[in-house]
Amino acid sequence: MEKMKIRKNPPKPKFSDPDTGIWSWIVQRGTVASFICISLFALLVRVCVSLHPYSGAGNPPKYGDYEAQRHWMEITINLPVKEWYRNSTINDLNYWGLDYPPLTAYQSYFHGLILRCFDPKSVSLYTSRGYESYIGKLLMRWTVLSSDALIFFPAVLYFINVYYSGKPIKEKTSVAWHIALILLNPCLILIDHGHFQFNCISLGLTVAAVAAILSDRDVVGSVLFSLALNHKQMSAYFAPAFFSYLLGKCLRQQNPVIEVAKLGLAVLGTFAVVWSPYLYSAEASLEVLSRLAPFERGIYEDYVANFWCTTSILVKWKRLLNMQPLKLLSLTATISACLPSMIQLIWKPRKSSFLYGLLNSALAFYLFSFQVHEKSILLPLLPASFLATEKPFVLLWLTQNALVSMFPLLTRDKLIIPYIALHGLFILLYHSPGGRPHKKETQSSFGTLRLFLLSCFLVLHVVYLTIAPPRKYPFLFEAVIMLLCFSQFVVIFLYTNTKQWTPSKLSALSTEAKKHL
Amino acid sequence: MNHRKLHHNSTTQNQNQNEQIPAASIPKTCGNQLYHFLWFSLIATCIKLLLIPAYHSTDFEVHRNWLALTHSLPLSQWYSDETSPWTLDYPPFFAYFEYFLSFFASMLDPTIVHLSDGLNSKSHLTILFQRVSVTLSDAVLFYGIYRITRKLDPKQKYLIWVLAVWAPGLIIVDHLHFQYNGFLLGMLLISLSALENGEDLLGGFAFAVLLCFKHLFAVAAPVYFVYLLRHYCRGGLVKGFGRLVVMGSLVVAVFAAAYGPFVYNGQIHQVLRRMFPFGRGLCHAYWAPNFWVFYIMFDKLLAFLLVKMGFHVKAPTASFTGGLVGDSSPFAVLPTITPLISLVLVLLSISPCLLKAWRDPKPSAVTRLVAYAYSCGFMFGWHVHEKASLHFVIPLAIIALKSVEDAKHYFFLSIVSCYSLFPLLYEAQEYPIKVLLLLLHAALMWFGLSSYFGAYVPKGDERSHSSAVVRNADFVIGWFGKSYLMGMVVVEICGQFLHPVVLGNKLPFLPLMMISIYSGFGMMYSWIRQLRWIIGSI
Repeated sequence: MEKMKIRKNPPKPKFSDPDTGIWSWIVQRGTVASFICISLFALLVRVCVSLHPYSGAGNPPKYGDYEAQRHWMEITINLPVKEWYRNSTINDLNYWGLDYPPLTAYQSYFHGLILRCFDPKSVSLYTSRGYESYIGKLLMRWTVLSSDALIFFPAVLYFINVYYSGKPIKEKTSVAWHIALILLNPCLILIDHGHFQFNCISLGLTVAAVAAILSDRDVVGSVLFSLALNHKQMSAYFAPAFFSYLLGKCLRQQNPVIEVAKLGLAVLGTFAVVWSPYLYSAEASLEVLSRLAPFERGIYEDYVANFWCTTSILVKWKRLLNMQPLKLLSLTATISACLPSMIQLIWKPRKSSFLYGLLNSALAFYLFSFQVHEKSILLPLLPASFLATEKPFVLLWLTQNALVSMFPLLTRDKLIIPYIALHGLFILLYHSPGGRPHKKETQSSFGTLRLFLLSCFLVLHVVYLTIAPPRKYPFLFEAVIMLLCFSQFVVIFLYTNTKQWTPSKLSALSTEAKKHL
Repeated sequence: MNHRKLHHNSTTQNQNQNEQIPAASIPKTCGNQLYHFLWFSLIATCIKLLLIPAYHSTDFEVHRNWLALTHSLPLSQWYSDETSPWTLDYPPFFAYFEYFLSFFASMLDPTIVHLSDGLNSKSHLTILFQRVSVTLSDAVLFYGIYRITRKLDPKQKYLIWVLAVWAPGLIIVDHLHFQYNGFLLGMLLISLSALENGEDLLGGFAFAVLLCFKHLFAVAAPVYFVYLLRHYCRGGLVKGFGRLVVMGSLVVAVFAAAYGPFVYNGQIHQVLRRMFPFGRGLCHAYWAPNFWVFYIMFDKLLAFLLVKMGFHVKAPTASFTGGLVGDSSPFAVLPTITPLISLVLVLLSISPCLLKAWRDPKPSAVTRLVAYAYSCGFMFGWHVHEKASLHFVIPLAIIALKSVEDAKHYFFLSIVSCYSLFPLLYEAQEYPIKVLLLLLHAALMWFGLSSYFGAYVPKGDERSHSSAVVRNADFVIGWFGKSYLMGMVVVEICGQFLHPVVLGNKLPFLPLMMISIYSGFGMMYSWIRQLRWIIGSI
């Protein structure tokens, strides 16, 4: 009888829920095992996306971002450092002139050397303009892949280690899921490995900076963030959060002045090293600086889902105001949008609110700053993916809208198949069985609204691809997409701002737990 | 802290002990299981979609041509048309399948199915259509996997799905190289799952249908025949004979449906001639890593030694790959191999498993027997393709968790098999894809199998020597296996990176030869291991 009973009711396994059992064999092996498998998968996805066309493929005379990057490699390996940002007969700045900070130029130089080694024709001065070949594309693609694998991936591992150190084991079951969502962000993969850019470097440096700051290595964090700024000036979207968090933290130290001076020196030192070839005269540095701020390109480009572009349907900003007042207006708008988040960070520089601060300041810049691209949505997406376990719904919401807002761009690049595949992959990973900790979310009330929005997007996609817009409004569908996405972004922005001010009990508890450990 | 650690350890041990989750809990989670299975297959589908613009071999044009000829010609000319060199040489059901697909193709773009205009068509639509057709037809594979694993406990299921649904070999052959193996293997799995379940009639039917799709699967036909004869047609002379008649008429009906129209049109000779082109050489252009590789190498070695010793050896004029039967021998010393010799060898090597099937037709062993038969066909068959290793790797994935020995064997075999497929993708663009596919598969297998068989000791756990029994069951790759796998890395580096630097364009076949010889050792080892199991269990 005894035996029978035991057989009927065997001891319940720990993971009685089959959902959590699905990955137990990998999760119990620790973070590194999960990271190895997921990063191999993430690399595979990146390589597969890189099979597809890049921006401006076979589209003379200006081509696209691929040609820009290739051209920078050509310029940097053939001209002396001082000539890189200077207009001359050899270096025509009107043809994809270098307009990113010096670290990008050094990176182009380094990659240019590799290209010259294997395919000299692809980077020969002047004659290589518009160069396209099988091996050239492959080498270019591999430069992005290797940068991603060497900078972004280790930075994410660093971040994950810091983020989960000292957390209770119960929360660690979602490590694999969290890694997957950061590494397989569809927008980043599509832009870097499809469209062709090197966001992985500046974002990777930012991830490392965030991780360093979360582990209280503030000087290292400042240096890394300065490097990120020097790779892409767009990283400034995060600057308010970094600045106010570190300031708030310094103010709470014994000697605030010394602490601030330390960080200031670290930042200035990094900048001095990166800019050293241009520091011989003020004129030279200003020359570079003027290249970095292309105000002449207008307040917005194409149909980006930010405030200026969306309101331009009603208010013709470009006609109404000159450049100077417009600059001032957008600057004030951006700062005032950042302000609540900054004040909170200086007020209470907590680690959990730092991540919210990053998200809020990046969103504020995306919505209100001058000269924003569709691609700039990558920046708010990064901190949103950091917060994946705390606010999974925000990540899903933001990612889907970001993808939709880039849809017209990706259609132009002929990247519809990877768009569909990566969108699907993201949704699958998000809903992966056993990945996410089961938390109550207040999304039931949003349920119908969300369903409505999703069906809207679905219809829009089909309409965009199949029906030609009316002749009178050739950009009608772009405008509709923009309007929808903008409204979502604003809602997310307001929501995350309130969340930053009212930290959830759970994150407060986890910081308490950290202190105890 | 200490307390927490202890707790953690006890839970992991608990899990290991509880590998057998009671069958009663399975129906409850059935809906969940289906969702989980869909999740696995959809992830694979996303990767497959991403691979659409990748390199595809001439097989792509082969299948496009079959779409065109089945669409534009009457049935009586399907097997005699010679517009393109890629003539139809699969059995009729496959032709009907192409005929079915061609309707959708013609809706999408009529040039795809145009016999002459469509030749070598590589338009975006053609590629999209053909790639998506492979991806969609994989639904049969997924169903087969789902069906054959449905009775296992969840933990086993998840691992087997990782092994089979995400099999790198299938992605390389079907979604890069371009073929339709996925749905054919799916049919094989459906048939095997029916046999394992005791539904012999369904199993026989599915196998007969499969044979009418691709006749290469016929290698396992003797096993099926003996097994069904002993398992299905038993229970006395009268009842057994009755069942034999039922099964026989079912199979005959399937074949009649396939070949009937061609018999009616008087085309059957032409069909058979196309399906069995014995004019081809012993080996495929790239030597499949099987027994014949060693035969050829042994012949070369002997010839070399004999010449050194002063004998006169006539250098062979014919090649192994293209040489027609009856031409001068491609071998210098050893006797020539004819298709008959190869057939006899295959049958001889299958005979132990026929004996096993005759003596003890157990449903639980049938997958292993069939897989063994396909390995024999692979090792000794005539003009074998390297892709044929999938025929036994995929079924073996299903039984990889039966014992720790099986798991070790599968770990080893699937890496060797995937590596032997590398030469299919020779262009630089796909190089990282094939390497990453193999690495990902190996990493997932390693972590999955070793934690399933409890080799993993969590940090801080100091197991004493008393647990030697547990250790024996651990999933550990011995020094032999490890050094073989390391050697694989060396072969790859030599072939891909050192060879072009050191030898330049000289001896271009050397890297391929190295891969096929090196994988040949692994395949031989796997075959011997399977044979030992069969002999040991008779």
